[in-house]
Amino acid sequence: MSENQIKNLETEFEARIARDEKIEPKDWMPEKYRQTHIRQISQHAHSEIVGMLPEGNWITRAPSLRRKVALLAKVQDEAGHGLYLYSACETLGISREELYEQLHTGKAKYSSIFNYPTITWADMGAIGWLVDGAAIINQVPLCNTSYGPYARAMIRVCKEESFHQRQGYEIMMTLANGTPEQKEMAQDALNRWWWPSLMMFGPTDAESVHTAQSMKWKLKRKTNDELRQQFVDQTVPQAELIGLTIPDPDLKWNEERQSYDFGPIDWDEFWQVVKGHGPMNKERMKARVSAWENGAWVRDAAVAYAEKKKEYKSKEAV
Amino acid sequence: MSKNWPLWEVFVRSKNGLEHRHFGSLHAADAEMALENARDVYTRRNEGVSIWVVESKYITASNPVDNGELFEPAQDKVYRHPTFYDIPDEIKHM
Repeated sequence: MSENQIKNLETEFEARIARDEKIEPKDWMPEKYRQTHIRQISQHAHSEIVGMLPEGNWITRAPSLRRKVALLAKVQDEAGHGLYLYSACETLGISREELYEQLHTGKAKYSSIFNYPTITWADMGAIGWLVDGAAIINQVPLCNTSYGPYARAMIRVCKEESFHQRQGYEIMMTLANGTPEQKEMAQDALNRWWWPSLMMFGPTDAESVHTAQSMKWKLKRKTNDELRQQFVDQTVPQAELIGLTIPDPDLKWNEERQSYDFGPIDWDEFWQVVKGHGPMNKERMKARVSAWENGAWVRDAAVAYAEKKKEYKSKEAV
Repeated sequence: MSKNWPLWEVFVRSKNGLEHRHFGSLHAADAEMALENARDVYTRRNEGVSIWVVESKYITASNPVDNGELFEPAQDKVYRHPTFYDIPDEIKHM
């Protein structure tokens, strides 16, 4: 194809997206669109998969059977979300093996929030309430994104997420209404998860390099700062209602903006964790890689069994 | 040896009376496992009463490049639609 032809195709492609048409796997797309989507969808899938680890940590120690079945179901959903997203990503021409390889070698990133430890049961509450709450705000606009398979996967993901947030908030509420020690545990979890949750919306608009392009392709509908503000405004009253305090001395209602002003985010910490120096980066990758490697014999056995059955059938046919 | 599991497409009937609809895809070693995995991945909340799985390599798909040739001819065949035909107003239903 000549450069001119490609340019025409690109113009037509951008026009289709502007008209709110969806792009499907076999449609022509600019290479940059393909690569950006592989990067974003795979990061998203990896985050779901790694996201199972901090919570899996508490399944055996859930305080009641009711909490245990809920947590199990939530972690199972996350596995499901990872799988929806991996298969959406594979429609762009990358294989599952390559995607895993990128995760396991550290070439691909996942959400930094999962590099923080879950040290008490209250962390299960804080994760559901804050981390899933932030994820929902990030994800809802994606139900309408331009790439069809991604949008369809996100619709299913969003439908399932709201249970996650409610079960987390219920845990926090129960602890906050419990003994002084339980309330303190809930407050401590909020203290530790609040700032990392705000960082989940990514760098400030001024620092965010992909925003303009992502807006055009409908990978983003609002900027990082707008979404972060939405999260703060929605979460502060929820904390007040159960008698917990947001750990931010600068937090104040701004009558004029009809929004909360909040204190500065420690971006040095954010970049440290992104670059692999968070408290749990090594631990998470070690757990993930060892699960993959120790499961190899099971995957191989399944293939061997499937082949043997096929042979059996073809012999029977003779 | 380490062989990769093939890709399967999953179709789910959400209730009797409706058709099976494409839900997504997954990897599995054989058809039986594909069904089991489809149940866990795509029907955790009563989304279905029946599942079909088919290995993706057996699906033949049309190419969007041919869309003009394939689908545009239908656009100028307005006479295939009832509104193309004039009938007297007195006839209420036809």
